[in-house]
Amino acid sequence: MNPPGTKIVSLRNVGKTFESGTVALDGLSLDVHAGEFVSLLGPSGCGKSTALRIIAGLSVPSAGAVEWPFGDSKIGFVFQEPTLMPWADVAANVRLPLKLAHGDEAQAQIAVRQVIARVGLAEFAQSYPRELSGGMKMRTSIARALVTEPQLLLMDEPFAALDEITRFKLNNDLLRLWQDLRRTVIFVTHSVFESVYLSQRIVVMTPRPGRVFAEIAIPAPCPRDERFRTSAEYAGYCRQVAEALSKAMAGGGT
Amino acid sequence: MNERWRRVASPLLTLAVLLLIWEAIVRFYTVPSYVLPAPSLVLTTLVADAGLLWSSLLVTLSITFEAFVLAALGGVGLAVAFSLWRPIERSLYPFAVILQVTPIVAIAPLLLIYLPQPLAVLACAWIVAFFPVLANTTLGLSSVDHNLLALFDLYKASRWQVLWNLKLPSALPQMLAGLRIAGGLSLIGAVVAEIAAGSAGAGSGLAYRIAESGYRLNIPRMFAALLLLSAAGVAIFFALSALSHLALRRWHESAVRRER
Repeated sequence: MNPPGTKIVSLRNVGKTFESGTVALDGLSLDVHAGEFVSLLGPSGCGKSTALRIIAGLSVPSAGAVEWPFGDSKIGFVFQEPTLMPWADVAANVRLPLKLAHGDEAQAQIAVRQVIARVGLAEFAQSYPRELSGGMKMRTSIARALVTEPQLLLMDEPFAALDEITRFKLNNDLLRLWQDLRRTVIFVTHSVFESVYLSQRIVVMTPRPGRVFAEIAIPAPCPRDERFRTSAEYAGYCRQVAEALSKAMAGGGT
Repeated sequence: MNERWRRVASPLLTLAVLLLIWEAIVRFYTVPSYVLPAPSLVLTTLVADAGLLWSSLLVTLSITFEAFVLAALGGVGLAVAFSLWRPIERSLYPFAVILQVTPIVAIAPLLLIYLPQPLAVLACAWIVAFFPVLANTTLGLSSVDHNLLALFDLYKASRWQVLWNLKLPSALPQMLAGLRIAGGLSLIGAVVAEIAAGSAGAGSGLAYRIAESGYRLNIPRMFAALLLLSAAGVAIFFALSALSHLALRRWHESAVRRER
């Protein structure tokens, strides 16, 4: 694993134009450092999901490059929907990445059990996705992303479809996981409040074509909890980020 | 429980009433049995000719079963080949459609010229039955959740891993629906081919019995054979529905019972 603070991935002037002619990204440059929690914040359609897919290698940039200074990292990806296989139970869904890699069966069993316990689903290992609540499905999805012990965790608006109570709970659990495991997280969201609560750094993007409008550090100490959510400090950061976002939306230059 | 009882009882009651009316009309007007046999006569014929009809039923059923198995293998196999290699789909699919839309009654006499009779009958049944399996499985294989495909892509899954772990299981509900249709169609295909072959002689399946009884004006036996054919069709349908339910009951909406 890379020592904290070293660059793990860099986007250099990345552009993406789809076949339809839509320019999703234009000149996006971004460095992500080992161990940090970065949010990409922007209105829907600003290309933040596209940027995430390009980092994951699921989409090829039409301009610019993605650089991995220390070689490719193992990646875990969490989609906006839980994206589970409905015919497989929780344990089988979580085991999928290990199964595809033809790993050792016994080790896989242990890894699966551990990661399921870590996301709080130990009692539901044999349940099928249709038997789970929205939050539990998302936990399963997160467990599957973590089971290969990836260095980089990419999350594409994972909590957008959940109710607020569940979302707050998962926010806290995600922060705890991030602190315990010391992974790097790139988190795409369109919620100012969520990004401030979770991130060490927020990258505000312009509407299509997506570029970096501003980068805002959130130096509030970790661990954070529900008290942080109601603090004056939190409100201040939210105002600062919201202002940057509305400037980005208005199309004002930096 | 009451609800379920009513669902079984209502059609049975309707059937009983209709049979009684039928029996009454035949007796009251003393309709000769070569015009319309009474239900009671059909039943006694069924018992009297049991040996003959039973062996014919077995002949028809074994053709149906063979055609069904070949249709399942052919339909699923072709659908998998289509999904793995697009050029195969482009070059073969139109012919599958042509085969499907051309009425089987028109193809059967030709097949009987070129193939030995048992093989021709089997080929007819297969032609009718394989298309719904192909069409449904193709639909299932191509409507896989694109995010799950991206996930398999992310973990560098091979084509075979994607096929085996993702595409086939997610196509299973449609595949089973196709098989359920194919079961009934195998029987229809076998019957049509047997009737077409009937005039050429040498048949011994149920459809041939119907044709033969027709020539001999043995109408009660025609009805008895027809009764056995529908019973066979219903049994096939229920067997395949049960199979489908067993395979999907843990996860698919169509098979899951919701409590309200």
